[in-house]
Amino acid sequence: MTTAGYINLIIAKYNYWIYIVLMCIGLWAMIAKRNLIKKIIGMNILQTAIILFYVSIATKKGATLPILGHHDAGHFVDYATVINPLPHVLMLTAIVVSVATLGVALALAMKIYNRYDTLEEDEIHARVRES
Amino acid sequence: MKRLGLLAVILFGALLVYGTTDFPDWGDPSSPAATHLSPYYIQHSLHDTAVPNIVTAVLADYRGYDTMFETAVIFTAGLACLFLLRVFITPKETEASGLYRHRATGITLRIGQGGRLPLGTREFERIDSQWVPYDLIIRTACSLVLPFIQLFALYVVAHGHHSPGGGFQGGVIFGAALILFAISHNLRTTLKAMPEKRTNILTGTGVLIYVGTGVLCLLLGGQFLDYAALAGLLGVDPVMARSHGILIVEIGVAIAVMAVMVSLYYNLASAGHMDEGL
Amino acid sequence: MIWQLEFIILLLVVVCAFAALKVRDLLGAAVLFSIYSFLMCLLWAIMGAVDVAFTEASVGAGVSTVFFVAAVFRTTRRSRD
Repeated sequence: MTTAGYINLIIAKYNYWIYIVLMCIGLWAMIAKRNLIKKIIGMNILQTAIILFYVSIATKKGATLPILGHHDAGHFVDYATVINPLPHVLMLTAIVVSVATLGVALALAMKIYNRYDTLEEDEIHARVRES
Repeated sequence: MKRLGLLAVILFGALLVYGTTDFPDWGDPSSPAATHLSPYYIQHSLHDTAVPNIVTAVLADYRGYDTMFETAVIFTAGLACLFLLRVFITPKETEASGLYRHRATGITLRIGQGGRLPLGTREFERIDSQWVPYDLIIRTACSLVLPFIQLFALYVVAHGHHSPGGGFQGGVIFGAALILFAISHNLRTTLKAMPEKRTNILTGTGVLIYVGTGVLCLLLGGQFLDYAALAGLLGVDPVMARSHGILIVEIGVAIAVMAVMVSLYYNLASAGHMDEGL
Repeated sequence: MIWQLEFIILLLVVVCAFAALKVRDLLGAAVLFSIYSFLMCLLWAIMGAVDVAFTEASVGAGVSTVFFVAAVFRTTRRSRD
């Protein structure tokens, strides 16, 4: 592949690579962080990275918003000029569900704090073994 | 564990980056995602439902069944949070005890066990045990802003057909207005304006409006959530009936989402005790 | 669509995500996560997903930050990592 080919590849794909970096940050936080609230933040970052990926699938270069004007009523619209609305619909509900799961996750974290008086995973393990 | 996790994540990322080489270019109008199903929605939604905002039309009409269960998920999350956190044991004798502030001078009184203020005194107000300073500017500013936020939320719900917005956004904004009230004043005042029982009933009502619309369509001879069947009842043609059906469903979603947001906040901020909050 | 603007916001999003996980103060983490959500909302508005951006602005940057602050208020502000 020539240099120009590589540059074209980077310009075409760099967005996806940054989404993958975000996804990895979220996943790493869920695996490696010991604090429960940090884990929940990591889960949210993973969720938003996936939503970002879906939304970016919907984009079309040089297209307009998926809201039609009344002058479009009579004839069929050329679909290349309007951004794909389907991923938006799926992700819109996903965001609201993500805040609901966030509420449940925080409730669980608060229950754990009330019981073990700490949010750190290793301290919780130590206290579980003690009792 | 930390090193192993990092290794696994890097491997995962490398596999995903390798996967992107098969992807269509970013913003490609002829990508597979843009050529199969979505052209139908773009070309037919205005003709089918008379709703210019394609996202709203697809959300509440073509994929209405999907959205119904998303609402059910939110309902379940509100319920789960309530079951996890709510504490129903409230000691009766501590009802009147607590900290009280003299409104004019700002002097704080502590009423102990069994004690109570003389009946009918309006000069004292109950405050949280974690001391919150009385801030006139914040209270007044929030009270001034609140009606406009609520009005905007209703506008977002009602105008979702023609502009970005709809039931989810409007419901969250309305819930956020009540949460702002709770933060600027205190939880007890908010609970007087919006009791816990009411939020729980409203959560169910929202889902019921959604499902009820579907069942009504079924009873009127259409299919489940096929709003065109409501045409005779609403006295309009089937296309406008679908537009109105979307509005009814969005109102249901807005009520459910608003109530769940407020209920989640009540439970999280007071740790289930419903007396003192953020 | 101005790609330079989008690129800067993408980088800021990554920085905010990393900072939210690195900072030791959980209240600070909550605020940084709110910034992250708001930048994400800007990104979606640039991409033309106005409905999604609207939802994220009200949900991610608004309500979920309040939930985080409420949880931190009821538990602890201290974090060891």
